[in-house]
Amino acid sequence: MQNRTLEIGVGMFLLAGLLALLLLALRVSGLTVGSSDGTYKVYAHFENIAGLTVRSKVTMAGVTIGKVTAIDLDRESYTGRVTMVLDEDVDNLPLDSTASILTAGLLGEKYIGISVGGEEELLRDGGTIHDTQSSLVLEDLIGKFLLNSVNKDQAN
Amino acid sequence: MRKTSVLERVRLFGRAGIDVVATLGRSTLFLLRALFGGGSRNGFQLLVKQLYSVGVMSLAIIVVSGLFIGMVLSLQGFSILTKYGSEQAVGQMVALTLLRELGPVVTALLFAGRAGSALTAEIGNMKSTEQLSSLAMIGVDPLKYIVAPRLWAGFISMPLLAMIFSVVGIWGGAMVAIDWLGVYEGSFWANMQSSVSFREDVLNGVIKSVVFAFVVTWIAVFQGYDCEPTSEGISKATTRTVVYASLAVLGLDFILTALMFGDF
Repeated sequence: MQNRTLEIGVGMFLLAGLLALLLLALRVSGLTVGSSDGTYKVYAHFENIAGLTVRSKVTMAGVTIGKVTAIDLDRESYTGRVTMVLDEDVDNLPLDSTASILTAGLLGEKYIGISVGGEEELLRDGGTIHDTQSSLVLEDLIGKFLLNSVNKDQAN
Repeated sequence: MRKTSVLERVRLFGRAGIDVVATLGRSTLFLLRALFGGGSRNGFQLLVKQLYSVGVMSLAIIVVSGLFIGMVLSLQGFSILTKYGSEQAVGQMVALTLLRELGPVVTALLFAGRAGSALTAEIGNMKSTEQLSSLAMIGVDPLKYIVAPRLWAGFISMPLLAMIFSVVGIWGGAMVAIDWLGVYEGSFWANMQSSVSFREDVLNGVIKSVVFAFVVTWIAVFQGYDCEPTSEGISKATTRTVVYASLAVLGLDFILTALMFGDF
């Protein structure tokens, strides 16, 4: 009888541990089962990727369709080359789609938003998005603004 | 007072070195023989019994400390993050801290204090009352019968305990943040889910706790088995278990963190 309670206790303990793993996977890390079957790779060159990081999400119309897997500098063009992995379901992106680096909220994380182009031809695995819009750098903006007001003063 | 010559000092130093290496060798042989010596007939029964005393009995301390650590993290994180107006990131902070560091490390430290010392004292006492040698005399291998189930029980239960610790801690942190401090529930969980990755954070935490389980249980059982069979020897071995295991866990944690999250 004493052995029975002991075994029940151990069984509950093991179940609690496995349940904890399940909770961590589904609730905390947001792992979705069976969504990672098909992906394809797309590149995009940005003038300035400031703030974008690996694992940032790639969205279209606000829906997450992939993530950034690598960021490096392209030696020839001196631009930041971003490698993205997109879901296979979204394989109908036109070749002239636009990728822009956006910010969630005022100080939030950076992510890539893709808007659809109009061309017939589609982006393939390993293709490159040419039409890009770099991330908004606050310092540049302030610099332009100051320069603008100085010019205005001189014109007057 | 007798003056020790230089040569004598060198000899003592050499002996200390040989002792360290011999202990390492003995403990490795001990581990290999205990793990791969083959199972005993009622090995499963023995394992269940040890799982109970090592794992289930540690649940209370793990759950209570996990809960409080999660709640404290949430409070502290909130008071700092709210200065930057990003208090919804408190969920991300609590989850990452617990999964990557505090879950495995604090569990291992508590486990060394709660279960490791008990293992050492138990086996040491068996040795000093000559139960181990009597077992060997009637043809039962004490490594198979006494040591192996305890080792396996430690290996199995500590990762589970670490995960329970993290879950309870995150739950406690969520409770404080959402119900008390008024962080919006949706953004709390969404922020956490978007920043915690299963492979990088959860699995690496589990790997950490598996390594710690291995080290802590090994140290505890070996110190008991290798202790001087006197009451003083047992008390020294128990102290050594807690000290060595804690130091090993903290040192290994740095190395593992550098390997997993160091980006090089």
